[in-house]
Amino acid sequence: MSVPLLKLNHVSKSFAGVDALSDVSLEVSPGEVLCLLGDNGAGKSTLIKVLSGVHKPTRGSVEVEGRPVVFDSPKDAGDLGIATVHQYGGTFPLMSVARCFFVGKEPTRGVWPFQYFDKKTAAEITVREMQKLGITRVTDGDRLVGSLSGGERQSLAIARAVYFGAKVLILDEPTSALGVKQATHVLRLIMQARAHGLAVVFVTHNVTHAMAVGDQFAVLIHGRMADDFRKGERTREQITDLMAGGEAMADLEAELAGLTGSGNS
Amino acid sequence: MTAHAPHSARRTPSRSAAQPAAAPAPEGPAPQASRRSASSFLRRPETGALMGTVTVFIFFAIFGGAQFLTTGGVASWLNIAAELAIIALPVALLMVAGAFDLSVGSVVAGSSVTLAVVSGTYGMPIIVGILAALAVGAITGFVNGFIVVRTSVHSFIVTLATQFALAGLTLGLARVLTGSTSVSLSPDPFWKSAFGTLINGQFEVAIFWAIGIALVVAWVLQMTKFGNWIFATGGDNLSARAAGIPVAKVKISLFVASGLGAALVGIIQTMLYNGAQTGTGQSFVFNSIVAVVVGGVLLTGGYGSVIGVMLGCLTFAIVNQGIYYTGWNSDWAALILGILLLAAVLMNNTFRKLALSSGAPKTTTRKGH
Ligand SMILES: Nc1ncnc2c1ncn2[C@@H]1O[C@H](COP(=O)(O)OP(=O)(O)OP(=O)(O)O)[C@@H](O)[C@H]1O
Ligand SMILES: [Mg+2]
Repeated sequence: MSVPLLKLNHVSKSFAGVDALSDVSLEVSPGEVLCLLGDNGAGKSTLIKVLSGVHKPTRGSVEVEGRPVVFDSPKDAGDLGIATVHQYGGTFPLMSVARCFFVGKEPTRGVWPFQYFDKKTAAEITVREMQKLGITRVTDGDRLVGSLSGGERQSLAIARAVYFGAKVLILDEPTSALGVKQATHVLRLIMQARAHGLAVVFVTHNVTHAMAVGDQFAVLIHGRMADDFRKGERTREQITDLMAGGEAMADLEAELAGLTGSGNS
Repeated sequence: MTAHAPHSARRTPSRSAAQPAAAPAPEGPAPQASRRSASSFLRRPETGALMGTVTVFIFFAIFGGAQFLTTGGVASWLNIAAELAIIALPVALLMVAGAFDLSVGSVVAGSSVTLAVVSGTYGMPIIVGILAALAVGAITGFVNGFIVVRTSVHSFIVTLATQFALAGLTLGLARVLTGSTSVSLSPDPFWKSAFGTLINGQFEVAIFWAIGIALVVAWVLQMTKFGNWIFATGGDNLSARAAGIPVAKVKISLFVASGLGAALVGIIQTMLYNGAQTGTGQSFVFNSIVAVVVGGVLLTGGYGSVIGVMLGCLTFAIVNQGIYYTGWNSDWAALILGILLLAAVLMNNTFRKLALSSGAPKTTTRKGH
């Protein structure tokens, strides 16, 4: 196998003594989708924040293309081609789509002190890149991000990552707030990114979404890696059981049946 | 790299066409263009502010009589608006970036007294006094910014603390050094004309300072990369940081700018009145916030415009001075300002909601249900 783009070696992260992650190791390879599964509070977002330079691991190390790295800020991760769309935010509702697309990477013209943000070019590129991802409704770069639908916002963030040459695209629950159609659209974008050779880390609660696009799967329970497998190695039932915290779904169903049964009698 | 993209681009229209329930409004270029030009005015941050200024202007033009519109009348509110704008413009940038500065009042007093003490009491060259006054503003701003980004204490509290601390320091030092709370200074004509002269006997030079600063601030906010960072920092601090923006530097530099604006007003007042009072300038603390918020800047950050803030300053000044021309008791001015503030904020909220829904035919129809 080739050198993984991104690798975590025995990473732990604790907040004020509480372990959000313990001893997690994983690898992400180009042209592959890694699905990160787990219940609420399992540590998925924390893991992603370690990968994207928001948090420094308490123990363990991060490697990019075989070289150990320490991210002092999200910018360091971004400079190495790691683009992240965080669970909450990542877009600015009161900014125009063009301003938002180019945040931190504004195209400029002229020389200082007359150097200015080239908003016209920014708007053209934003609209063009959104259209490439099938968002044809956004025709005006001045439109506010807050007026976009959830799916369009995710598309904007993904378009941005792809445009700025990300090698690793990290998406924290991009489909969780979306309807069926928009979620399908985002899944299609993930497959497109994969086809372009990007490594994708996709966090979700939805087993159907995960199975549709995943090559590789990692399940977190209470901050530990509970299982780690490739496409086709587990059935849907097994994955669902794992995500329910290892408790067999059948048991849960029986329990629920018992509850409703007793409620009826 | 983008070989696959056009396929998906083609797919979307056919999908929505196959969905009769969605039935988006016709999106021909002509109707959309006209709709856009009509709504683009309404969705700008300064639209509400413009309506406010026009309303109070017409109101006082009617009830203030002819006096209100004479050059003397116009000068009276332009002077107020100008001094306010010099402080409100950087305060607005800071608010767009998501922070408050309540220390501007004490910075006006502190820098004013510093200039008078250095160049008046101690007889040093005026330029030294000016630099010392600006240093008071810059240092206060830096301290505010440093504490805000290093601790998680809200800027409201931090700057409230420096506001009190600096007021006390100014009063204490003035008494120790001069034995008085008012310090006089007689600036030479060059410096007097640069900062504190009355043009035509009526118009303060501050008006030109305000216009110059407005142009610079508008350039920075609307046209530069740094302006985009300001919007992003106030829009969502964490996302801005995640996008690689040096949010701490952005905030600290804006606090320094705010301190410098207040210091400039301190210098202007010292030159204008040939001396300094330790209690001067305190009204700028809330007046600047009123002007900025009436001007359409969102109190929680991420949204606002320079034209709006200028209009907010004008609105404030027109009400503040216009009341004298009506012949009514000036006590009513504060009542009008209070009502105006509330009305302006409600109006700005409405326009912002409009901005958040315009240009999205799908969302608009959905909300209509
Ligand atoms: N900044 C923080 N300070 C303290 N504790 C934190 C912090 N961030 C996360 N945690 C804790 O770490 C644990 C894992 O949280 P995390 O957000 O990673 O979960 P998650 O798997 O993303 O959950 P969800 O599916 O609900 O998004 C939780 O118990 C959470 O309370
Ligand atoms: Mg999460």
